[in-house]
Amino acid sequence: MAKMESTLRNMVLSLSLISMAMVAGLGYVYKVTKGPIEMADKQKEITAVTEVLPPFDNDPIKQKKEIEGLTFYTATKGGKLVGCAVKTFTTKGFAGRFDLMVGFKPDGSIKKIVVLEQKETPGLGAKMTDSSFTKQFKDKDIATFKLKVKKDGGQVDAISAATISSRAFCDGVQKAYDLYIKNFVKSATAVAGASDSTAVKGGKHE
Amino acid sequence: MNKNLGYFTNGIIKENPTFVLVLGTCPVLAITTTGFNGFGMGMATAIVLLLSNVMVSILKNYIPDKVRIAVFITIIATNVTVVELLMKAYTPDLYKALGIFIPLIIVNCLVLGRAEAFAQKKGIFASALDAIGMGLGFTAALTLISIVREILGNGSFFTIPLIPAGSHPILLFILPPGAFLTFGLLFAVMNALKRKYKL
Repeated sequence: MAKMESTLRNMVLSLSLISMAMVAGLGYVYKVTKGPIEMADKQKEITAVTEVLPPFDNDPIKQKKEIEGLTFYTATKGGKLVGCAVKTFTTKGFAGRFDLMVGFKPDGSIKKIVVLEQKETPGLGAKMTDSSFTKQFKDKDIATFKLKVKKDGGQVDAISAATISSRAFCDGVQKAYDLYIKNFVKSATAVAGASDSTAVKGGKHE
Repeated sequence: MNKNLGYFTNGIIKENPTFVLVLGTCPVLAITTTGFNGFGMGMATAIVLLLSNVMVSILKNYIPDKVRIAVFITIIATNVTVVELLMKAYTPDLYKALGIFIPLIIVNCLVLGRAEAFAQKKGIFASALDAIGMGLGFTAALTLISIVREILGNGSFFTIPLIPAGSHPILLFILPPGAFLTFGLLFAVMNALKRKYKL
């Protein structure tokens, strides 16, 4: 069969029909993969929450709370608060926004941090997903631990050649900490004693 | 049959998309930091290439010349999005690692180049063989560059550490300049080998 000539009618017909067929195919694939993609996302959420929190017996996903763009998952065991996972983000990364999940113990110290989504430079900023970087935050209380890279006078060991990513990481964690303290711990520490809240304040003013 | 075999092997050595045609160099330089990334990217591109080549070949008589690029891009973009959705659903970890480079396959000139130079002129079977050959050649090249860069720049081979923890690999090779260096050096090696064995 000869090739279609490039008349206006042929061009319009060919382009619209092929586009329509493509859109139909794409719509079908979207529908088929929608379920699995949501499942994969949810699985990721559950895995991340479980990873950063001590053992719990409630369903933190169901009890999640959103405050100022951050998501808080409170975990309880036998009705007693054992920790809170905070899904936080920063827009200061080398490649823009990335998401972190920070697990706090009830006293406000960090249990564990995992990186959820990031597009930092592979081999450099992307190293923040390694435990070799994140383990330095374990058991640290930001009230006393200066959450800034050493170059800026803080206590965080930055990833070599990725200071911007490391700074952004601290920014995300700080944001989570501030809101966590403000919304979950402050009411408790206000009763416990004034010294804690001043320490929190000191941590806030960098 | 021999001719078909030629279409297939053509893309692997004689017209290797990376080392001979030098098409689609953007992902070659950007994504080849670990073996898995290189291989995954190569396979994703190969699948898109196969789907696009076959579709273009089927539709070739219904595509008027003047709008062919627009039609090709529509077909390629659809295939890329399909691959992207499938990866998101079934291989979320790989999708996470490759990120933005999956949608960018749309503008990988290797895919458009094969549609333009091959699929729109040849039959379906030949186009499929060409796509598989080219795809494998691209994957092989990407994996090779990735392996070299990962060993030199990260001290590991497919994430298996080769050097003791704490020692410092040549970080430069993970950075963009390292991509150019590796690419150039491998290019030279390939040319030398090709000349020696008259391929």
